[in-house]
Amino acid sequence: MAPSNQPLIVVDNLCKSFEQGEVLNHISISIREGDLVSIIGPSGCGKSTFLRCLNCLEILDSGTISIAGVTVTRKSPKDPITDDLLEKAHLLRQEVGLVFQIFNLFPHKSVLENVILAPMVVKKESREQAEDNAVRLLKKVGLEDCIHRDPSTLSGGQKQRAAIARALAMNPKVMLYDEPTSALDPELVKEVLQVMRDLDAEGMTQIIVTHEMRFARKASDYIVFMDKGEIVEVDDGDILFTNPKNERTREFLRHFEGDAL
Amino acid sequence: MKRSLAILGFAVLLALSFVLPALAAQQELRWGGDTEGGAPYMFQDPKDTSRIIGYEVEIIEAIAKHLGRKPVFVQNGWDNLIPGLQRKLYDVAIDGLEITPEHKQEVNFSIPYYATFLQLAVRRDNKSIESLEDCRGKVVGTLKQAYSHQVLEEFGGIEIRLYEDEINAYSDLVNGRLDATLFDAPIAVFYAGFNPEIKFVGPEIGRMEYGIAVRKEDKELLKGINGAIVALRDSGELRKIYDRWNLWSPMMAKEFNDYRPRQADAVMFNEWAELQKPEFTFRDRMKRYAGFMPVLGRAALTTMKVSIVAMLLAMAFGFVLAVSRVFGPKPLSKLAVAYIETIRGTPVLIQLFFIFYGLPNIGIKLSPFVAGAVGLGLNYAAYEAENYRAGLISVPKAQMEGALALAMTRWQALRHVVIPQAFRLVLPPLTNDFISLLKDSSLVSVITMVDLTKAYGQLATTYYDYFGTGIIVAGIYLLLGLPFVRLARWAEGRLAKVGNMTRVEEETTEDLIASKDGIL
Ligand SMILES: Nc1ncnc2c1ncn2[C@@H]1O[C@H](COP(=O)(O)OP(=O)(O)OP(=O)(O)O)[C@@H](O)[C@H]1O
Ligand SMILES: [Mg+2]
Repeated sequence: MAPSNQPLIVVDNLCKSFEQGEVLNHISISIREGDLVSIIGPSGCGKSTFLRCLNCLEILDSGTISIAGVTVTRKSPKDPITDDLLEKAHLLRQEVGLVFQIFNLFPHKSVLENVILAPMVVKKESREQAEDNAVRLLKKVGLEDCIHRDPSTLSGGQKQRAAIARALAMNPKVMLYDEPTSALDPELVKEVLQVMRDLDAEGMTQIIVTHEMRFARKASDYIVFMDKGEIVEVDDGDILFTNPKNERTREFLRHFEGDAL
Repeated sequence: MKRSLAILGFAVLLALSFVLPALAAQQELRWGGDTEGGAPYMFQDPKDTSRIIGYEVEIIEAIAKHLGRKPVFVQNGWDNLIPGLQRKLYDVAIDGLEITPEHKQEVNFSIPYYATFLQLAVRRDNKSIESLEDCRGKVVGTLKQAYSHQVLEEFGGIEIRLYEDEINAYSDLVNGRLDATLFDAPIAVFYAGFNPEIKFVGPEIGRMEYGIAVRKEDKELLKGINGAIVALRDSGELRKIYDRWNLWSPMMAKEFNDYRPRQADAVMFNEWAELQKPEFTFRDRMKRYAGFMPVLGRAALTTMKVSIVAMLLAMAFGFVLAVSRVFGPKPLSKLAVAYIETIRGTPVLIQLFFIFYGLPNIGIKLSPFVAGAVGLGLNYAAYEAENYRAGLISVPKAQMEGALALAMTRWQALRHVVIPQAFRLVLPPLTNDFISLLKDSSLVSVITMVDLTKAYGQLATTYYDYFGTGIIVAGIYLLLGLPFVRLARWAEGRLAKVGNMTRVEEETTEDLIASKDGIL
């Protein structure tokens, strides 16, 4: 599962606040290449914001994010957002794929067109090249029969797999998922999780914000528990679920006792 | 963006191709008049609607010949003949223009070429009205901005109804909406003289003199025209024209000091009289309508051309406005808002007048077509901008984020993801607006263009037929709009399909724009 010990992602003292107050409070973590990391934590604790900062949909207030050799850094929220910073953010986004809970497929384009758009527009790939790649990826996520369909005709699970293929088409070094299965009917969850397992087997580095505790425990290399904008505990799934070190982790996991963890 | 720029460029080029033809050539005498003014002044020849006839046409052509210049007719609305002269649309204006002190402040007049009086008319069964005094407390119709209007006002105690043309006034007299009408005698003779339900009563009222209007600075031209009038009067040529149109009167005899008997047969008058005969079969009528088609076809083409160019301009400029307003930096955004609010807050008619008659004061002189297309285009751009804006902000915010997350730049995301979806939302209102524009384009008739509406007025006054002609013209407007009605339906159908998809998410681009911490 983890072919190397090189950290691919290094986050150092990442802070982010909105008008209402601080959302991320000095987050630091490093993640090795090929790791599959699950992030869990109560609603509103800043999980989504963390992912959005990692791919610079939100610009961090202060701290450093370094992914695959691209470093975005800011000393304080008072520092202006320079063109240089935005340029770095844009570079960083090319290395990081982000998959949303509600898919965000482009409804005016077919599944195939959804997948080839960014490679053609951003990477200036030729249509043939982009299509070849897209067909390969769509086969990989099991959508070979849906290539020319409109997104609106797909099931939720198919939509999410299409969204994953679309993100993969940019050939990212890291994939981020924000509750990728929360909008799905239970019977469709499995097919999406399977795609992530397959990618893990190929050595893709992945961070998943999820409520699928069983998946988090079984598939992840380790689990990050967040609360109130901080990383409270990072541990192996079996340890974290059976014998958490921190009182806040214990408190949070109490809600899931009924579930088979 | 490239494509919309190309469309804008194309619209500008197209527009320019209509300005370039030079306005004045050396040997021409460009004269302005309004063929909707009707018989006997100037109107479309019922036998050949592409020709203009009338005693004033014959007079100005005789004058031009005398001066050795080639007469060229320029159509303009009667109300605007004098502004049009000042704007140099033509060299002289002639169309029963009365020599009044007010007019004289604006332009110079030739010596009078015709003198006439006002004629009171009532229904045949009316026994109570025999003079203007009897009209006190009664409803009297007349032409707006005419001498007759002034006479009625000064007389006092009369309820005045103002009309754009004589035909509607006389039909209101017949159907009882008016008790009497007061019109220039030539109008009364030609438009009510053949109507068995109308009779003329009372003595000649007032005295009015028609003159040819010339710009104040054109002293030489005025001298030349006065010389021509004198020469044509003395040679008897003018007299012959008046006889042909049956317009000679004791008043004119005194004016010209010419008491000879008739010098020519009243051929033109008789032809007109022939037309007024009631025994007119259905087939004749259909044949006549078929004869309208070339005129109406040309007019429809004008309507369509000005509407399409205006719409292209509105779509392109409206897009620039909307993007400036929604995504532009603060000052630009404010400028766009100011433009949109100003344009939407003022009548398009004023805007057209301003562009056509106002801008020449600061050296910007546009041809009627360009002024019309630009005026309507700039006006509709404000509405299209709001349309686009509604479209842009109703695309879910998640769409923009989805595109940004794929490493697209903001502009790439707008261009490939947000704008195409907004366009679908915008297409139905856009086509509906085009249909409105098609109808609003009738306003260009105020800036001398002969569009469908103007052609309707001209044909209706020529043939005394607002009813049948009106149905035909309405039919043509409907036909022109029909393809766009269908397009709107089709677009609405498509929209329903796409709408199902996007409704899931509630946050829209608007929220994204509002959030300052987003990557702007
Ligand atoms: N764009 C924003 N503007 C202002 N406040 C925001 C914004 N995005 C998130 N927040 C606030 O930041 C806090 C953390 O939100 P975030 O979405 O990161 O939580 P989360 O852990 O993903 O929660 P959930 O499990 O419910 O998705 C919340 O209080 C939220 O209201
Ligand atoms: Mg969240």
